[in-house]
Amino acid sequence: MAVESRKRPSLQERIQRALDDEQLRGALRYTTEKLYNGRKAAMAELEALAAQGLALGSLEDLRSRARAIKSHTLAHLDAYLQQAAAQIRAHGGTVHWAATAADATRIVAEICERRNVRRVVKSKSMATEEVGLNAALEARGMEVVESDLGEYIIQLAHETPAHIVIPAIHKTRAQIAALFSQVAGEPLPTDTPSLTAFARRVLREKFLTADVGITGANFVVAASGTLVLVTNEGNGRLTTSVPPVQIALVGIEKLIPTLEDLAVMLALLPRSATGQKLTVYVNLITGPRRAGEPDGPEELHVIFLDNGRTNLLGTPYQEALFCIRCGACLNACPVYRTIGGHGYGSTYPGPIGAVISPLLQGMNRWGDLPDACSLCCACREVCPMGIHLPEHLIHLRAEAHRQRRDPAWLRLGLKLLGFAWSRPGVYRLGSRLAYWATRPFVKRREDRSEYIPSLPSVGARWTQSRTFPVPARRTFHERWRELQKEGDRP
Amino acid sequence: MKVALFITCLADHFYPAIGEAVVRLLRRHGVSVEFPPGQTCCGQPFWNMGHMDEARECARQFIRTFSQSEWIVTPSGSCAGHVRYFLPQMFPAGSPLCREASAIASRTFEFSQFMVNVLGVTDVGARFKARAVYHNSCHMQRELGVVEEPVAMLRQVRDLELVEAERPDLCCGFGGGFSVKMPEVSTAMADEKLRYLTATGADVLVSCDAGCLMHLGGRMEKLGIAMRPMHLAELLWEGVQHRGC
Repeated sequence: MAVESRKRPSLQERIQRALDDEQLRGALRYTTEKLYNGRKAAMAELEALAAQGLALGSLEDLRSRARAIKSHTLAHLDAYLQQAAAQIRAHGGTVHWAATAADATRIVAEICERRNVRRVVKSKSMATEEVGLNAALEARGMEVVESDLGEYIIQLAHETPAHIVIPAIHKTRAQIAALFSQVAGEPLPTDTPSLTAFARRVLREKFLTADVGITGANFVVAASGTLVLVTNEGNGRLTTSVPPVQIALVGIEKLIPTLEDLAVMLALLPRSATGQKLTVYVNLITGPRRAGEPDGPEELHVIFLDNGRTNLLGTPYQEALFCIRCGACLNACPVYRTIGGHGYGSTYPGPIGAVISPLLQGMNRWGDLPDACSLCCACREVCPMGIHLPEHLIHLRAEAHRQRRDPAWLRLGLKLLGFAWSRPGVYRLGSRLAYWATRPFVKRREDRSEYIPSLPSVGARWTQSRTFPVPARRTFHERWRELQKEGDRP
Repeated sequence: MKVALFITCLADHFYPAIGEAVVRLLRRHGVSVEFPPGQTCCGQPFWNMGHMDEARECARQFIRTFSQSEWIVTPSGSCAGHVRYFLPQMFPAGSPLCREASAIASRTFEFSQFMVNVLGVTDVGARFKARAVYHNSCHMQRELGVVEEPVAMLRQVRDLELVEAERPDLCCGFGGGFSVKMPEVSTAMADEKLRYLTATGADVLVSCDAGCLMHLGGRMEKLGIAMRPMHLAELLWEGVQHRGC
């Protein structure tokens, strides 16, 4: 990774920072709830349409078709990459291969330097966030302007996106007005139309004077070499049609074989992401400007990015590459809703981020992210690609445990408990032990019933915020004999 | 009909009354209950924390204990979910243990799931005067797919006013080991959940998982919230005895 300071706050610190920020948590709850409900309504509508034969299929149909498409594409990834590259070249584009983040930023920088680029305008792209492109270009003296409204806001705030789809999800209108007022040099009103009008005015000027437009791609259709950009603001279309050069940075997992496959994906992506049947803009870009065309770039560069993706091929985690970055798992996740993207700290947050960050960038950096999950499985329920996120998180925890990354108290505690609980005699002895060991901490309520208000050591991890129940004087095992007699009575 | 009770480690140690209620309710509906004494834990806590070896050891013991049982009933949506969904995955596909795990999984039922779907009983003849809110546990609704059954049983309880909270599907933040590995997030999740639950004005919080009840109940006690956490079987059995407040 190119950017990010050497000494970053720990997961614990990042989480605490989020928990202490009521404004942030309010904003997260409000927007994730809206998106979650929007998706739910859109899927209900899809089911109704499918039942009347008016949709491409039900959610389940589309999900299994989409899985089959991605599974097939990944199984023949080399062939589809070659086909896509050949098609892009045939239409006058240039293809580059970036094995690492450093390769990607170097390739972009070289293209820009060859064209003496001073100003870069970008549409929203998580791949460019992943490789730290903005910082790399700025270090070479270029001005980089984010043109997606959310990205523009967080760029002004010197932050990273807090959500895959809604980068400024954590910002309130008042905070946004304060950021824009700094740019304007005068206080701006906080109503949404005034704020968006201001951003439009500033960004329009940037579009018209940019030397290069940088995008990602939601999909790349191998059969035609077509880049597909799904947006709502129109900034993607301006980024790809006004500047003389377009560069698209695309993860290799974004490939799909044909336009028919795109129809399946487009039935799922907007519905899952924002609850829309279709986004306001869907751009299909096949090659740079052709003779006689009034607009579009003179040069089109497509950079296919690996940056750890091939690590997943042929492993049980391969299906994590099915992800179409809709963000539905973030919106459904009760942990994401509580700590936000910056709590995770990785480019890709939420359940999918907790799975792919350690796989793409290593357990050393992100091995603790799979712990930030209560295994409620809400993510698996909403994932349009049916990715088994909770299972992958469990297996990544196992990986962390094998690498002895889990805290010693937990590792040893579970080992001991596992030994005891797989042996009925020791299990029952343990029950007695638990009873006597907790007696010194037992208190009585007014009604004489017992509870444990606080425990020492690791027990405090529970009792700092919750009382603990008292181990029963007689466990169910010990009560069974009487219950059995009770049952024998006629 | 003979049913083997899987009590679960939580109910065994902390809430044996839940088990007693289940046994008495099952018997009341003509079911003979046995309690295989070799039972310990299904292995879920270990599996979820990534301790696969310990989880498999517990699972082997679970399989040994219940291999002869025709019906296995447990007062936990989470444990039933683990047995149904994960137990077969814990062993190499096609291995004898995996086959046995699959067979046991298909014979394992959460208490309300068994009452409603196998016995066809929704009305156990209970009376319980209270306003109750039902809390869906995550594994019960998503791994096991059991949502309507406990609610159907609660609807039949006389004098019980059943209310629904906002976002009934939202996790309470327990998450087993998550609750002690990430206590701050876990507690913040409980607090949000409790906001929705208490907004209903309910005086009883009903669930089919002792884990959620232990977590939410413990948090409520710290916060001084008076809502009483109850397992579904406890409420029904108290109601059958007309002891309900």
